[in-house]
Amino acid sequence: MDTLPGRLPGRVEAVLNAALVAEFSVIGPDGLPITHPMIPLYDDGRIWLHSSILFSRKVEHVRRNPRVSVAVTDLGATHGEPLRDRVTVQGDATVHDGDVHEEWQRIMPLWVAKEPIVRPFYAKRVALPLFWERILIEIVPRRVLVWEGGRTDRPPEVLEMAETAP
Amino acid sequence: MTAPTAEMLRRLPERFDHAVLVTVDADGYPLSAAADFEVDEGGSAVRLRPPAAIPVGPGAEANVIFSHIRPQPDMGYDERRYVNLWGPLAEEDGGWLVLRPRRSQTWDEKEVPFFQYSELGVPQAHRYLGALGARQGRRIRPRLSGGWLFLRATRLPFLSATAVPVFLGVAVAALHGSFHLGYALLTLVAASLVHLGLNVANDIFDTLSGADAANTTPTQFSGGSRVIHYGLLSTGQMVALSAAFYAAAVAIGLYLAVERGFWPLFWIGLAGVAISVAYTAPPLRLVYRGLGEIAVALGFGPIMVLGAYFVQAQRLSAEAWVASIPVAILIALVLYVNEVPDRPGDGAAGKRTLPVRLSPGAVVAGYAAAAAAAYAGVVAGVATGILPFPTLLAAATAPMALGVYRGLRASYEDPYALMPTMAKGVNLHLFTGLLLVAGYVAAIVADRVMATPPFFLR
Repeated sequence: MDTLPGRLPGRVEAVLNAALVAEFSVIGPDGLPITHPMIPLYDDGRIWLHSSILFSRKVEHVRRNPRVSVAVTDLGATHGEPLRDRVTVQGDATVHDGDVHEEWQRIMPLWVAKEPIVRPFYAKRVALPLFWERILIEIVPRRVLVWEGGRTDRPPEVLEMAETAP
Repeated sequence: MTAPTAEMLRRLPERFDHAVLVTVDADGYPLSAAADFEVDEGGSAVRLRPPAAIPVGPGAEANVIFSHIRPQPDMGYDERRYVNLWGPLAEEDGGWLVLRPRRSQTWDEKEVPFFQYSELGVPQAHRYLGALGARQGRRIRPRLSGGWLFLRATRLPFLSATAVPVFLGVAVAALHGSFHLGYALLTLVAASLVHLGLNVANDIFDTLSGADAANTTPTQFSGGSRVIHYGLLSTGQMVALSAAFYAAAVAIGLYLAVERGFWPLFWIGLAGVAISVAYTAPPLRLVYRGLGEIAVALGFGPIMVLGAYFVQAQRLSAEAWVASIPVAILIALVLYVNEVPDRPGDGAAGKRTLPVRLSPGAVVAGYAAAAAAAYAGVVAGVATGILPFPTLLAAATAPMALGVYRGLRASYEDPYALMPTMAKGVNLHLFTGLLLVAGYVAAIVADRVMATPPFFLR
């Protein structure tokens, strides 16, 4: 088990940057995990997820319990080559919803890179206005599990992140 | 959350290529990893090949998710679907884990399209904004720019329904030798204001009746503006907006009445405003009684055409009345088609429109009959010498009507697939009306420049 400074290893960053979907798990009120497929965005040591207020129950769970995990398991869900490794990141989430109208737009470039249709869709936001009231979820990684070759039948490489923020 | 069905579980292997097992680790964090899986023949259990390093205690409750997308480089991805299962895990001989799910939560955009899925989230959106506002000590509304909000709240693009009959009334009057541009413009503005007042009032009453909340498949052409339902504007703001439109319309209407002939225009204007208010407002609520199409046909047909004609010519005209029939039928058919996707929500809210009352076959047949009647009205008008010959131009849109009929028949059960048909229905009314007007313009020009116009220009 290695302990890393704030930034994730390059091969983990590559997975997070390429993946179009990840399974985002939170802890529900009954203590059981609840999982949602979401687009993982990565920027400078942080994983960013975002949710419309229409689908915001997961955010309520995060606010109640910020312990979360993000798993990239679909090796073919990229716009390029298939992923080589599967990755699970456990971390602590912070909800950013001080301004649900505008604040989320700072991740727009990262989002559009993975989902280009977002740009023209946003230009027609009048069609679905509540979808564009959005909440950002910032995840500071705590522990990373890397499943070499995507094989989860073998023990993963476990990387512990340093306490300090990047 | 629902109880998983055997069919749901049996279909998992054909819909997903792996599972993701999620448990909670000793530190209280969710921990997840991909796992191969199979489903027992009875469809009661999912067998998982246990991932290494995922802690699973005996009898532990776990979450297993199956998720799929298909990457599409130009847009992002499609084929979104997932199945979430929860239940106890047990170890089995051979090293498999067995999940016997008790609860499930699913989404497949092929079964519940994204826009419908979003509509289902509106109550959650309001709950979230309410809680957020409570934390921030202020009311938080969704935000839309003023221009977009006005466009959405008033459903401005539907004003073609008003422009067509006004133009037609003015055109008939012009052929009869009366044309006053200023009065024509004022008529158009007044009629448009009544239409906008009606649109806004309609949304108020649809929200109050629960029709908006019950409708989870609104489209660009159906389901109303939903600005109150979404929390973009309050009911009070919409009441004020509607009242302002009606007040401005009445003011202009009274001016025109004083200038051009008080009592005929007073009664025509009163009929127009009364029908538009009674369309959704109690006690009559015409659209709730299956009379919406007739109300719209009257309001956007004879009343507007005759009103526009009277303002110009200061008298009434049988020809204007005959000319109004095709556009009256076609605008009623716009409403009729647009009510088709709304029928589950309308029915639930007690809004007994014709598509709610009739079988799909009867609705489609009714469309064909009414569209045929619209064209028959033009042909009969020309054949009897009431309408000028060039108005036969309007029959050129008959193939469009056929397209609407076919689209209605093919996409009756799919609100989103029906959208192009609804658009075509709007254009059918617009183009047919404009061709009628063009026919009048041709007759007017021929009348002005030729001593004896040939029969096909008279």
